[in-house]
Amino acid sequence: MLKMPKSNMTALFRLINENQELFVPVKKANQVNFGLWDDEAEVSLETLKTVKSPKDVFFPQSETLYTCVKDGKKISIKPEELASRDFVVFGMKPCDVRAVDVLDRVFLTEPCDSFYKARRDHGTIVSLACGEPSVSCFCKAFGIDCTEPNADAAIWLTEDSLYWKAMTEKGEKLTETVKSLFEDADAADEEKLDAVKETTKAIVEKLPYSNLSLEGWNGDALTEKFNSPVWEELYKPCLACGTCTFVCPTCQCYDIKDYNTGHEIKRYRCWDSCMYSDFTMMAHGNNRTTQLQRFRQRFMHKLVYFPANNDGMYSCVGCGRCVDKCPSSLNIVKVIKAFEKQEGDK
Amino acid sequence: MQELITRIKELLADKTVDRAIGWRAGDLGYNPEPAYFNSVEDMDNFVYDGFCGANLSKMMIEAAKLEGKTLVCLKPCDTYSFNQLIKEHRVDREKTYIIGVGCKGKLDPRKLEELGIRGVTTVKGAELEGDCETLKFDTVYGEKECAYSDLMLERCHVCKGKEHKVFDEVIGESKDTSTGDRFDEVAAIEAMSPEEKFAFFQAELSKCIRCNACRNACPACSCRKCVFDSNKFDSAQKANTVSFEEKMFHIIRAFHVAGRCTDCGECSRVCPQGIPLHLFNRKFIKDINEFYGEYQAGEDTESKAPLTNFTFDDVEPSIVGERG
Repeated sequence: MLKMPKSNMTALFRLINENQELFVPVKKANQVNFGLWDDEAEVSLETLKTVKSPKDVFFPQSETLYTCVKDGKKISIKPEELASRDFVVFGMKPCDVRAVDVLDRVFLTEPCDSFYKARRDHGTIVSLACGEPSVSCFCKAFGIDCTEPNADAAIWLTEDSLYWKAMTEKGEKLTETVKSLFEDADAADEEKLDAVKETTKAIVEKLPYSNLSLEGWNGDALTEKFNSPVWEELYKPCLACGTCTFVCPTCQCYDIKDYNTGHEIKRYRCWDSCMYSDFTMMAHGNNRTTQLQRFRQRFMHKLVYFPANNDGMYSCVGCGRCVDKCPSSLNIVKVIKAFEKQEGDK
Repeated sequence: MQELITRIKELLADKTVDRAIGWRAGDLGYNPEPAYFNSVEDMDNFVYDGFCGANLSKMMIEAAKLEGKTLVCLKPCDTYSFNQLIKEHRVDREKTYIIGVGCKGKLDPRKLEELGIRGVTTVKGAELEGDCETLKFDTVYGEKECAYSDLMLERCHVCKGKEHKVFDEVIGESKDTSTGDRFDEVAAIEAMSPEEKFAFFQAELSKCIRCNACRNACPACSCRKCVFDSNKFDSAQKANTVSFEEKMFHIIRAFHVAGRCTDCGECSRVCPQGIPLHLFNRKFIKDINEFYGEYQAGEDTESKAPLTNFTFDDVEPSIVGERG
């Protein structure tokens, strides 16, 4: 393990940025989201949760796939170039890193998504351990330890130092390029860091959602959960906006549309939301017609359909962004608890 | 709150109303959700406190289609929205029983983080008893405290007053929490140079993720099918293909609700990116006041709205050119 004083942070960013693009949590107009670093960027590593998850580093909210250009009577198609430059995402939280595993399952299995794969191949993830988790966090319920980041490289922040550990080959490579700023951490340092981790773990234990039970939510629960009367009341406050899906680190549905720029057509894809009235309309024109059905889809997908198709893996990581951001204070935790209550009442 | 619960139970029990719309207690002490209460038994988890910020008037559009009468709890500022919906024939007054609920300013849990209060497990002081001066929190990081007004929504700092504009009965005391003029923020932007204005709105609107929360929460946005949801429209509701689009979405919306927006502030309350969307609407309200005389949408259900009414004193369109 390596360490450096926190005061070296800007030097570290500069060094990484010398050879590649660097994404960090940046504060812009009072909100923190992942963005490109430059000397003027207001970096905010102390922010627990960026508004949007960092998933758009790999899976942007909107990206052009190809462009059709008309030249006289000829139409030519220009495919969009794949990402070809290396980049680093610095400061991703352990829950958001797990979310990338979920996205990998979707985009890297055959037929592999070449746009996503190119970004994954060129991206190095440096994950930051959580220091002060919040009540809306429930990563523990999904078996994530927020004090032990598991990415290309892991970092921890203490009051005055940054600790660094390479975890993969990509991580080793990045470490080589920044090594000049670090020194080796000794046994006393590791002890200090362990104490910090223990404090955080003790806080995690106290969080109200940490011991959320996922019992009964699995790939086999389809019919029982789908037909439950619980949805009938549960969905009612839902405004049918897409906030939960757009701040979510694992929501991966997208739509493909054409955009007429006036002299060419850009075929682009953009995030879609199962909360929207025309969701899946493009497939067969026979989509979900009520908000109850749309609302149910989101949670069934995360807790039933996804595990059914992915060896039991849930497509929720407990980041709690939906808990913080839903305008009607609905969220996946309330859904799980409502089912727990109804099953308890039986 | 007890008086309110008792009264709603009475009205449900004697069948004056078939259902009630209010708030159901959340699991964190600060996250109640809007909810239907269909029976006296349902009322067990009814709550009304400082965190019940959602404007329930829009829910009456759907509720008015149901059989029988629906009770709805409206705060003073929500009643403006309801009046406006009556004016637009979107709700049915005859099928609505309005309890005007007292309001002493509503709280924004998203401000907790800004105030350095994280990990809240219980809240004291949001029960609307007494003067609502201080909020006390138990958090996983120890006890914390802040002034009630520090956690209040922006809209409550420019409160429209404690009077309910439409109601069948009023329960609970209200307090005018206004501490400033609602047009101050607009005036500050008007005073900027064109470049500064552009930079300001560019920075704010480029955060937009097109989640449509502002539109879906807005009581003035009551179209059955929004133009941005039409799959015949080039950029229906999804992400922005170019940075110009998010501006277009918000500006079109602001134009569409001009003269109908009551300034209820729901758009800014629900925006996950903290965009001060109310500023667009307030600019329109300020201009309408200046060009056509003072007008408050939702004040009543009869008056003619300035933008749908012609008078010979109306300002000439050329004002735009003259004013710059």
